[in-house]
Amino acid sequence: MYRKSETIRTDVISEPRHIEVRIMFRIYLIDIDNHYQLDYTIDNDNHSQKGNVTMLFLLLACSEKISSETMIDISANYAEIVHTSYTDSVTTAQTLDAEILAFLDVPSQASLTTAQNAWLDSREPYLQTEVYRFYDGPIDNPDTGVEGLLNAWPLDEAYIDYTADDSSAGIINDTSVTIDADTLMSLNEQGGEENIATGFHAIEYLLWGQDLSADSAGMRPYTDFVVDGSGTAANQDRRALYLETASSLMIEHLQEVQTAWAADSENYRSEFLAMDGEEQLRMIMTGMIILTGFETGGERLQTALDSGDQEDEHSCFSDNTHRDMIQDVQGVQNIYLGNYGSVSGLGIKDIVADVDADLADRIDTEIQAALDAGNALVVPFDNEIAMDNTDGRDRVQTLITNLRTVEQSLEEAFRAFGLAVPVAE
Amino acid sequence: MLFLLIACQSRFIEDGEWLPGGETTNTLMFGGNAFIRPAENILVEHEPSFYTGNSFFNQSWVEAPASTQHRDGLGPMFNARSCASCHFKDGRGAPPEDGESFLGLLLKASIPGQQDDSSPLPSVQYGVQIQSFSILDVPPEASPVVHYEEITGFYDDGEAFRLLKPTYELQFAQYGQTDDLLLSPRVAPVVIGMGLLEAISEKRLEELSDPNDADGDGVSGKLNWVWDVEKDTHSIGRFGWKSEMPSVKAQVGGAFLHDVGITSPLFPQNNCADIQIECLEEPPGGEPEINQELFDKVVLYTSLLAVPMRHNWDSKSVLKGKRLFLEMGCDSCHTPSHTTGDHADFAELSQQRIFPYTDLLLHDMGEGLSDHRPSFDAEGSEWRTPPLWSVGLVPTVNNHTRFLHDGRARNLTEAILWHGGEAQSAQQAFLALSKPEREQVIEFVESL
Repeated sequence: MYRKSETIRTDVISEPRHIEVRIMFRIYLIDIDNHYQLDYTIDNDNHSQKGNVTMLFLLLACSEKISSETMIDISANYAEIVHTSYTDSVTTAQTLDAEILAFLDVPSQASLTTAQNAWLDSREPYLQTEVYRFYDGPIDNPDTGVEGLLNAWPLDEAYIDYTADDSSAGIINDTSVTIDADTLMSLNEQGGEENIATGFHAIEYLLWGQDLSADSAGMRPYTDFVVDGSGTAANQDRRALYLETASSLMIEHLQEVQTAWAADSENYRSEFLAMDGEEQLRMIMTGMIILTGFETGGERLQTALDSGDQEDEHSCFSDNTHRDMIQDVQGVQNIYLGNYGSVSGLGIKDIVADVDADLADRIDTEIQAALDAGNALVVPFDNEIAMDNTDGRDRVQTLITNLRTVEQSLEEAFRAFGLAVPVAE
Repeated sequence: MLFLLIACQSRFIEDGEWLPGGETTNTLMFGGNAFIRPAENILVEHEPSFYTGNSFFNQSWVEAPASTQHRDGLGPMFNARSCASCHFKDGRGAPPEDGESFLGLLLKASIPGQQDDSSPLPSVQYGVQIQSFSILDVPPEASPVVHYEEITGFYDDGEAFRLLKPTYELQFAQYGQTDDLLLSPRVAPVVIGMGLLEAISEKRLEELSDPNDADGDGVSGKLNWVWDVEKDTHSIGRFGWKSEMPSVKAQVGGAFLHDVGITSPLFPQNNCADIQIECLEEPPGGEPEINQELFDKVVLYTSLLAVPMRHNWDSKSVLKGKRLFLEMGCDSCHTPSHTTGDHADFAELSQQRIFPYTDLLLHDMGEGLSDHRPSFDAEGSEWRTPPLWSVGLVPTVNNHTRFLHDGRARNLTEAILWHGGEAQSAQQAFLALSKPEREQVIEFVESL
């Protein structure tokens, strides 16, 4: 299935000497079903002729295979979608924050449920933004990115709070630790990838608690936050402070990426829009490819399906994993078609269609199939992956297979554009 | 086109060198996630195991007994709760600052002499490694601390440089201290490309070895014949700072046992020393604590983590640096490329042209780097040539630039400056370079 590649490269040094134009000719053997030969002669009987003609054309028309005008429109629309979806993420996180404060003010089952529902609502727009990851943009820039603070997963429950095995576990029950924003940020990912102290999943754990049953989400009692002496579990005041602190931090971090993508500012968006069209396309498609295959299909679904263990489920405390999968794919579709909410314009499909209209349509169909497979999951997800639930496991496998198909087709387009080589840093 | 191909190939660019892992190379994801992807040619049937292996590599182990049956058994003694604690994002650990507690660096321990299998004699009190953490009810072995002394040197052009020389001390040594205790500091290395290194044939390594410097180039290069638990005989060591482990399996099993305290099918006995009564009395989290199926998945994961492609292999300064690297003879040990043989378990790794910049052999690195702790055929001053691929991405992935076996070097330049013994002539050649030339060498190494 995997494509062999052959690269021909040359350097063209133009005058003045400091302008070094590097032209990278990449020939990718796109036909994944047949063994291709690198063959420069055109032989009418040779099955690979069409591919080679296309390749030759791509080579000769190297600089024109990506229409810069189309790319300007796509990138502008992409930036608008990114900003709008981050804005929606901030708004829903603010609603969540208000409900958390109301819950902490008057803890009850009803106010806890309202806060939980607000958390579920806040996931909807944020998950659609995950497709902006993986190219070192504002969300996961190695120096300044906030992804690890916002959405790191999986999370070791015992790092934050008590568990069924250890009633004194976690930062909350370690009274030598001061709970404030700086401390929580410094403790996040400290000493291990699962030592998660901040973000969506930390808040999720505080609102739901451990998911100890296959039939329901976590059953944390609201009394864990009752501070008048009648509450359950120790350190209710510290737990309340932790939840409040994590919630306001999350708003701050979402605002950072929102600001980075705001229009008409000296920010990442203006840098992005000034980039070469090929580089923009490489970045946008890298996010789509990695989110679809490696992240969603692999780390989140394949792991859980292979182990059948709810510990490997993405939103295990709230049993919201099915929405994670659906909205991640929705994010990919948004970018592919160029639509999000009231924003509408050119998407990646339009530039793929410039090269190969059939491929463009095929990817469209495949993304929709993956979305359908996500919607076909039966809630809760931990039942779907249980070793004795053959139908459920088949549904999860279908989603994985569909995501793999999307990944491979996107890679096919990526290779056809000759985008495999990133710009040197 | 063919004409272009021929006319434009630079003498200094080798075919495929921008894909250091051959067809396995990660050509898609860089930045902070540069080390986490599977081989790009991973077989479909290997994907589920890769992702499950990743989960077990990352997840924290808990004390037994616990409600999570596959994830308990931590300790009793341990250096870290998970693999990823030290190999964060499959990357490299950093040493503690002066006086700080240890994570990402550990101390191997032994006393003078060899066991029947020629491995170092374990310390009666501490076994073969100092574990600075333990589960409840078991006293930890000790709190190691490091102290750094700054030493000064000069380049030939008169510019001064400073290096940090570490010394180690055991504080709160629970089981006493003896004068004959030998300690060797080891930092957690980057995990990528290990399966490819395993796939280099024994014949190739034997050809590269030159234990008596028969070719008279001043560089010997020796195989470490180490005990192979799986095969119940001696095999060529390939992994670890002194090539003390013969296979990825042994490396993973050894790290599970000694670093996390998890027993495996390969190493079923716990990590307590004979006199550690409380440690010996603790219940295990399964026998072994990681079963064969999950263990194999972690081995698959570790074997198939991809090496990222190079970004900057053809700039003029990088190519100048490459020329200097070769002229100084760095490639005598940092062998640029190999073609892998056939890997018995993972076909993805077979017959790949790779560019790891290592010969996997032991070399005398001089007194300055010696740990004075022999291990199998390796003397105190002998270390395995570490691979250089992706070394330039460590700052991006792990936010530090600490190099060498104990992380004493604060950047790649200091790492080169520490080279002694057989590498003395290369180090002296580096001292003689002009500042711009030294920068070109570093830029080249960073580009790998």
